[in-house]
Amino acid sequence: MQQIISLLMENKPGALMRVTGLLSQRGYNIESLTVARTLDPTLSRMTITVDVEPQIRSQVIKQMNKLINVLQATDVTEGPSVNRELVLIRVRTTQGTRTAVLKEAEIFQARVVDSTVEGFALEATGDPEKLDEFIDVMKSYGDIEVTRSGILSMSLDNKKLRLSPPIPRGAAQEEALEYQRAN
Amino acid sequence: MSSNLYSGAKILLNCLQSENVECIFGYPGGVTLPLYDALFDHPIKHILVRHEQNAAFAAQGFARATGKVGVCCATSGPGATNLVTGLVDAMMDSIPLVALTGQVSTKLMGSDAFQEADTFGITRSATKHNFLVKNIADLPQVIHEAFYIAASGRPGPVLVDVTKDVFQSQSHYTPVSEIHLPGYKVFSEGHSGQIRRAAQMIWEAEQPFVYAGGGVIAANASKEFRNFVETLDAPAVCTLMGLGALPAAHPNFISMPGMHGSYAANMGMSNTDLIVALGVRFDDRVTGRLAAFAPHAKVIHVDIDPAEIGKNRHADLPIVGDLKRVLPKLVEELNALAPEMRAKNSARRQAWWKQIREWKEEHPLKPETSESEIKPQHLMAEIDRLSGGQAIVASDVGQHQMWAAQLVRFNEPRLWINSGGLGSMGFGLPAAIGAQFARPEKLVFAVLGDGGFQMSIPELATIANHSLPIKIVVMNNGYLGMVRQWQELFYNNRLSEVALTSFPDVEKLAGAYGFTGRTVDRVSEMPRALEEAVRTPRPYLLNVKVSPLENVFPMVPAGGAINEMVLRPPQPVEV
Repeated sequence: MQQIISLLMENKPGALMRVTGLLSQRGYNIESLTVARTLDPTLSRMTITVDVEPQIRSQVIKQMNKLINVLQATDVTEGPSVNRELVLIRVRTTQGTRTAVLKEAEIFQARVVDSTVEGFALEATGDPEKLDEFIDVMKSYGDIEVTRSGILSMSLDNKKLRLSPPIPRGAAQEEALEYQRAN
Repeated sequence: MSSNLYSGAKILLNCLQSENVECIFGYPGGVTLPLYDALFDHPIKHILVRHEQNAAFAAQGFARATGKVGVCCATSGPGATNLVTGLVDAMMDSIPLVALTGQVSTKLMGSDAFQEADTFGITRSATKHNFLVKNIADLPQVIHEAFYIAASGRPGPVLVDVTKDVFQSQSHYTPVSEIHLPGYKVFSEGHSGQIRRAAQMIWEAEQPFVYAGGGVIAANASKEFRNFVETLDAPAVCTLMGLGALPAAHPNFISMPGMHGSYAANMGMSNTDLIVALGVRFDDRVTGRLAAFAPHAKVIHVDIDPAEIGKNRHADLPIVGDLKRVLPKLVEELNALAPEMRAKNSARRQAWWKQIREWKEEHPLKPETSESEIKPQHLMAEIDRLSGGQAIVASDVGQHQMWAAQLVRFNEPRLWINSGGLGSMGFGLPAAIGAQFARPEKLVFAVLGDGGFQMSIPELATIANHSLPIKIVVMNNGYLGMVRQWQELFYNNRLSEVALTSFPDVEKLAGAYGFTGRTVDRVSEMPRALEEAVRTPRPYLLNVKVSPLENVFPMVPAGGAINEMVLRPPQPVEV
């Protein structure tokens, strides 16, 4: 089944590789992945949709939380959240179908982002299932080209972000030495 | 703060020094030239091994024998890729390690330059964390973070890949005052409510059983663990990684559970009503068929890594925390409840102990001996006798490893050094080197098979070079014994590519390196030959020819339940 994970992570080289590597090394297939900077430019927000067995879901989250660059991994599959996706569709039209296509686009609240004599480029956002329907409808007008953004998710839970405070280096070392002395 | 300029190489070494690094196991190369130049007149000791994989294994031997972070070093490309097995090995066994690798200069990266490899990408899944340093300003921070990550929480290997231009460029050096890893969570205290509930559950159990692993040793919590076991007076098993956590001579110690564990350990595990799992991961080599593992037991699982809880076996009561801190609190709670609870199940518990003792007596781990040939178990029993529970035994992987784990007793933690999770052949000899450097005063045995020994032969030079008084004992059965055992038992005895013929003459081999080598094949000579090796204050290579077709028992066949043990080989029918 599909699991939707929202990740807050440090915007560092290799951070994306750690997340995708963790999934691929366990043989899970990533259905979609979006990533962009947050208001704080040192951090990125990522939404991953991945196909995993339901009983493995919490293990995936725990493993993600172990990654040092990940500040917080949240399973938003079932919790209160908004999930949205964007789709771009190029559809060919004839003189006869142009109006019908525009009508359908309006029903799905899609915008025309490009218009030529050959057809339209349309942009729609919404629920992924809604977009599936939109794509199906557009297909009925002929060959189409589709690019989807993958799901963007935002949790509506007030989950507290717990970050580790800086550790004075002396203290970290002192602790290690204390262990050594005790043994 | 000093206004002097230092090279990146020098800054790196200064950072290592401030992390109290005593020695580095490594092998130089093209891009690490600036580092080795700085090392030339630096107080940090460098041990030149003969292959980078062995640098990682030796650093592990050092780390396993002391609990300190082991450090290894290799050049870019092949140097770094040769480290990978040692890194994965450290990852599997949670051993703190910092690996330093050189990388080609920043401007050459991605151009398929000579000896370029994507070390950062390759070692992503082989390490707890890894770094690529392309800017000298980041270097001190990264080095200290690497050491902190390697040693804290669940320990593990951390790799730092440093480009050649960073080694060469000059910068001011400001000592790092703090480490900031906002996303790195170390759980150490343990939830006090959970600990209280655990104490209640433990007293309520009628047949409690303690299952302790490498986590106890990693946490340096042997004393706390012993105290816990004594407060509870329950039988305790230590896994392959946990041997020595409880002294083998301790009356509560039952032995090792699992595939080649003892009858009593596996029967105890299968019949208990409460497993107290401490620093373990319910590994398949311990549990056998998971669905049939400890079917009547509730589980209290204490581990510092939250991802281990419920990974393989559901925990009825999880505690995430450092055993060093959790165990004393648990003992406190147990003591607080003792007056009202101790008597409650005491009759049942005595019956449980009686049952365990009966299992122990029924099928003890008794070394086989013979008058005509040297039984491998007999060899291990002799090593045990000479060790007296005090020597370091670094083992390779295979049959000899299992016999040593069964029959050599360890009365302290950090004496038994072996590759448990990854099972890397070729581990034993370099690990013994690391351990001997870490504990020069200790008697160190490298117990190897003839297969693993031949994977690590180049390190005889390192041993000779430093005149390390390691007792290299090759249990030579002429086969890749464990594979042969499985071929015999599960593949109709079709022995495919397991015979190791052309074993070198060890007298000549050791002689070529300038130390003593000896082969023994007579039972009567074996104990004295071992004694002679131990008496010799120099390296000693002892090749012991043992019965070639001996198999390790007890054995739980793959996929079997652990109470379905095969206890001994089929006995010949007397006529």
